[in-house]
Parts: sequence; structure tokens; C-alpha cells
Amino acid sequence: MQLHLSPGDGLPIYRQIVNQLKYLLAAGRLGPGEELPPIRVLAEQLLINPNTVARAYLELERAGLVTKRHGSGTYVSDVSSPLKRVERLRLLAERADALLAEAKHLQIELPELLELIRERVKTMQPQEDK
Amino acid sequence: MIPSTQEATPSVIAVTNVMRRFRTKLALDDLSLEVTAGQVFGLVGANGAGKTTLIKHILGLYAPMHGTVRVFGRDPVTDPAAVLSRIGFLSEDRDLPLWMRVEELIRYSAAFYLKWDARYAESLRDQFQLDPRAYIKHLSRGELAKAGLLVALAHRPELLILDEPSSGLDPLVRREMLEAIVRTVADEGRTVFFSSHLLDEIERVSDRVAMMAQGRIVLQGELTEVLEAHHRLTLRFTQPLPTAPRLAGALNVYGGGLEWTAVCNGTLNELTAAARGLGAQVVAQESATLEEIFLARVGRAGAQAGSLETVP
Repeated sequence: MQLHLSPGDGLPIYRQIVNQLKYLLAAGRLGPGEELPPIRVLAEQLLINPNTVARAYLELERAGLVTKRHGSGTYVSDVSSPLKRVERLRLLAERADALLAEAKHLQIELPELLELIRERVKTMQPQEDK
Repeated sequence: MIPSTQEATPSVIAVTNVMRRFRTKLALDDLSLEVTAGQVFGLVGANGAGKTTLIKHILGLYAPMHGTVRVFGRDPVTDPAAVLSRIGFLSEDRDLPLWMRVEELIRYSAAFYLKWDARYAESLRDQFQLDPRAYIKHLSRGELAKAGLLVALAHRPELLILDEPSSGLDPLVRREMLEAIVRTVADEGRTVFFSSHLLDEIERVSDRVAMMAQGRIVLQGELTEVLEAHHRLTLRFTQPLPTAPRLAGALNVYGGGLEWTAVCNGTLNELTAAARGLGAQVVAQESATLEEIFLARVGRAGAQAGSLETVP
């Protein structure tokens, strides 16, 4: 499991962890029953406060995506995956917002933008993009 | 470990309305802050903001002219033994006895602390790759910092205080410093108070931050809340403005003509409404970075161009 943090991004680090783990779940790169790294291990690996990792895990737990087992470890929930469609759409919505803002800035109207997306789909390889 | 239980946790450091003057210079100006158990508290400020002076008050090296300082509920000035035995401290200038060898420094430090853990000291020495026979005066900057950190950590203090721990260090040693902080917090119940002008490391490891300028705390709060409460908005007006718009919540505004950018404090809804009220359209909005917040709060004078860095 590889996470990439960018402090100085403005987005709190725990949020970055939550978003990336949700992405890994949605992409099926974290499967049901899989164990997340222990808080301490991930904190040392990412060089961040263990409280921050704990907070991210807690948020995922509240969302029902992971489960704590007898205080030992944190595991991907069996029931919740793959990520709900709503959640997957929400993840994409964030990207879409950024794209729309950029398009607006560059004065590209929506029909033109949609046309661009269709064109890009054509030029892309048929295999899934990471 | 989870921040939601914090109201019950006791305060480890309580600084209340402390004032300190050096001749005509007001070094600490009615300063208050509280650090609770298990927290990593990051103190941000440019050089000369008063960070080291504050730390010296916490260590009982200075007595406040007004106000009180309590560490573990005790006065560090009148009760230094009780307080200092529970603190590990790394000073910015490392002040280690230069004439000693590393092994002598370890033995010498062990004598000061009842709870010195010789095995832990040895494992740190090994991990930091410090030659026991090397003289302190011959150590590199990075080795000196690591020797200082060893002394600060080996008695497993409840409170670790680091004054600019990575100042002047290369990225590798800086990483080791951060690792030490992370491990210290991971050990149940330990508290870290550290000062830095490196916003990247403050953001990585702090639960709570305080921004300091000219002897005052200009902003203090949970790191996450501080970040989430600040935004950078770019507004576009239909007519060029001769002077910066007065946007409610804006801490600083720059730009010109039709487009102005502001680092703001408030919720996005409030800020967007305020922008509309001015007849402007929000053309870009992003989370403000800790650096932007710091610069906006402290301003150019307090930040002293060149002394504030963000490091990759």
C-alpha cells in the first residue's frame, strides 16, 4: 500500500490519507478482510503524527469502510466494499470540479469540454487507467 | 491517541499571560498557551519571534515578569528538579560539553536522570551511528544534533521539548529527527513541544499549532481546524478596482485591476456570499496552505523575509 502525502498542499494530512485509502478501496487495490498497516507503522513510514493516522482510520471506520478487531488491527470491511457508487461518484466529483473550474478559467464552454473528454477517451488505450 | 478525548486529558504545559521584557524589547507579550498530554504541539515563528525565550520559560531558565508557567502542574522556577527530570530537551545550539567523547557524554548524562535507560541509549547511539570514541568537538552538525537528541530521549521523558530540532540539518538527519518525534508520540502518553520555522515538518507532526510573532501568539488551534478554516479565493470583478476590495474574513489581499486574491478565514459559504456581496465572482478557490496562513497572519514584518522557509 503506497500513499503519497503532500504537506503544504492546504488539505489536512488526515484528509489526504482518507481520500487515498478510499481511492484504493474503490479501485479494488485494497480488498475485503485485508489488514491496514498498524497506526504506528504507517506513521513512521509516512513520517507523520500517529494521531493523524488514527484519525484517518477512525473516519474510515465511521464510514463503515474498515473495522477494528479487538483493538488489534484495522481491516477492510467485508460488507462495504466495493465502495458505494455514491462514494465513488463523490470522489470523481472532486476531480470534475477542478476540471470545470479550470475550463471556466480558460473560457472553454461546457459543450467544448465534453467534446474534449470524448476525444480523449478515443485516444486512450482500451485498458484501465490507474 | 485520538484527539476526541482531549477535554479530559491533563495539561502538561500551561503558560498563562506571561510577559517578559529584555531592556526595551518586549520578548513575550501577554502570552498564553496550553499543551495537553499526548499532544504534539508545534510552535511556528520566524527567527526572533520569541520561541526560544518561551521555551526557556517553560524550562524554568527564565522567570516570567508577569503571569505564570506551570509544567506538570508545578512551577519550573521554584521546583526545577521535579520538572526537569521529566523533560527531555534539545536546544537549538545543542550546547554539549565539547571536550567529552560520545561515550563519556552518555555516562555523564546518565548520572543526571534516575530513569536513564542505558540499553535504550545504546540502541539510539547505534541507530544514529555515533562513534563512542569520537570527541563531541569533532562531530558534524548532524551528529551533534543526534547526540543531543540521544541525551534528550534516553531517559524516556514524559515531555520532549525541541527547539528548532532540524535547523541547519541535511534532509537525512532531519528525517531522523522527525522519526524520533513520531516514535516518541507513538509511545503512549508522551508529549512533544517543538518549535520550528519549517512549516512542512510542523504540518507533518503537529496536533496543535501556535503561530508566534513579536512575542505574541497570533493564531493557535488544532492543525486540522486551522487548515480547514482558511481558504484562498480569487475574485473577479466586472470593473477594475483601484484599491484592494474589503472582503469580510480576508487576512491579506493581493492582485490588481479585475482580479484579486485573498487568503481568508471563514467557511466557504460565508466567503462566497461576501464576495457576491461585493459584486465579484469567485473564479478560483483552494485550501490555504499553512505557509499562506502564517504569512497572512503574521505579515511581512513578522515573517522577516528570508527567515521563513518551507522545505520539500
